[in-house]
Amino acid sequence: MRTTDSMTNILAITKREFFGYFGSAVAYVFIVIFLMLLGFFTFYISNFFEMGQADLQGFFQWHPWIFLFLIPAVAMRLWAEERRMGTIELILTFPITVWEAILGKFLAAWAFIGIALALTFPLVITAAYLGNPDLGAIFCSYVGSFLMAGAFLSVGIMTSSFTRSQVVSFIIAIVICLFFILAGFPPVIKALSGWSPAWLVDLVSYLSFLTHFMSIERGVLDLRDIVYYVSVIAFMLFINGVVIQNRRTA
Amino acid sequence: MIEIRNLAKKFGTKTAVDDVSFKVEKGEILGFLGPNAAGKSTTMRMITGFIPPTSGTAVIGGHDILTESIPARRKIGYLPENAPVYPDMTVFDYLAFCAEIRGFRGGKRSRAVEETLEKCFLTDVKRQTINTLSKGFRQRVCFAQAILHDPEYLILDEPTDGLDPNQKHEVRLMIKEMAARKAIILSTHILDEMDAVCTRAIIISRGRIVADDAPANLKTRSNLHGAVSLTLQGGDPEAFVAKAARIDGVASAKILEKEDDAAKVRIFPKAPDAALLNTILVALSESDCRASDVFVEQGRLDEVFRRITS
Repeated sequence: MRTTDSMTNILAITKREFFGYFGSAVAYVFIVIFLMLLGFFTFYISNFFEMGQADLQGFFQWHPWIFLFLIPAVAMRLWAEERRMGTIELILTFPITVWEAILGKFLAAWAFIGIALALTFPLVITAAYLGNPDLGAIFCSYVGSFLMAGAFLSVGIMTSSFTRSQVVSFIIAIVICLFFILAGFPPVIKALSGWSPAWLVDLVSYLSFLTHFMSIERGVLDLRDIVYYVSVIAFMLFINGVVIQNRRTA
Repeated sequence: MIEIRNLAKKFGTKTAVDDVSFKVEKGEILGFLGPNAAGKSTTMRMITGFIPPTSGTAVIGGHDILTESIPARRKIGYLPENAPVYPDMTVFDYLAFCAEIRGFRGGKRSRAVEETLEKCFLTDVKRQTINTLSKGFRQRVCFAQAILHDPEYLILDEPTDGLDPNQKHEVRLMIKEMAARKAIILSTHILDEMDAVCTRAIIISRGRIVADDAPANLKTRSNLHGAVSLTLQGGDPEAFVAKAARIDGVASAKILEKEDDAAKVRIFPKAPDAALLNTILVALSESDCRASDVFVEQGRLDEVFRRITS
């Protein structure tokens, strides 16, 4: 009984947030920019056609960097807007728990990003038409990209709960996400391994979104990578809940 | 019944609400009155579970808001200060969302929404986006959200704030109409509203309850209660006042203002319920003044309010 109640509460929040994206221009602007940027990087920077290879490596490698800027923009309104408008007072006095509200919001934004990601399908068709790509690896990369998007999003929704200003939330989210990317960025790893012990290098790179994404991208959906992303998401959402429950005012 | 037990809230070292206790039964409309920053909104936010109290608790229909928060919140309808609503939703979608959160499904949900739209006179605007509506309508939309699930307990934080006199009247009518079946707490700093709507008034100041009584009883605490005010034309008002002051049972009499021919005079009794009017009228007929206006003061809430909160 209690769990079905929870499910319906989460679903109600998710529905509202999800259609909220499409109710305003945000959704369309986001999707257009997302697709244009990805297209630009894939075709002009990675030279998708000239590579002569029917894989999507040159496509997926840009995802972390585009997510870095776009996902905090999707997430920034989730709590900050509620706080600014005072509607947080309604949502937190409804007969639902903080966790249901957080999960509902998170799932809505995640589903939205999932749709944007799914809209990149013409590229898969192109690759399949031109050559013989490893569809299994492409599928894995999509799953990895989606999981990574969830991790970015969980950071964004957490920073959104800190403040009533969307801009502040956006900037803090970018800084935190940048850290999570750079920790696994090869130049950083190289610089680090010059002077620090191997275990520290491993630890830092293990913390990175990038390391795990690259490992999934190779076509292996390792349970450890999935566990990593799920725990990052759970941790960020937990902080979000603590912040919301301990705020002093609206 | 809503029972507030020793509720207190501290923000850092500042005490916003200090040991507030009271009970509200069904059928009562409790007016929560106080100057700005007296702790009205903070108290209401604690009762509705929005912010946790530093100590004490509120029990709503047998459910403690701290330990059984969800069942307690199910029984409450809450209109927060400034009536927050989601501006980019239509009125209908917004209420449908609230209904879903409140556990209404399918046909029940649309019926609950339609009924509430009708009750709050919102049927005409139900397809409009909320940000195209005026302040009065938004207030009503948020009010609609509070009564949608026909809650046993209504907590309304300044329900008429920012409305024009007609809209205020409408909201008051709605509140009065529902009062018989519900316990209602409403906060306000408008004293007329108190008089017009509430069956009981609690005045709080600096986080403490300083008065808890029916509005009519509160008025009797006024210095003015039972005083006789007259407007005199012509004659010698000074002589009349001197004479009136000597009447048995009169504490004092004075001229409030004098203008050309007319003078405003007020006579204060020693005890508020002394029947002075007759003797004063006799004295008046013996003087050379003519009265254009005679009025026995009921006492004024604003004066009581100012005296006990400042």
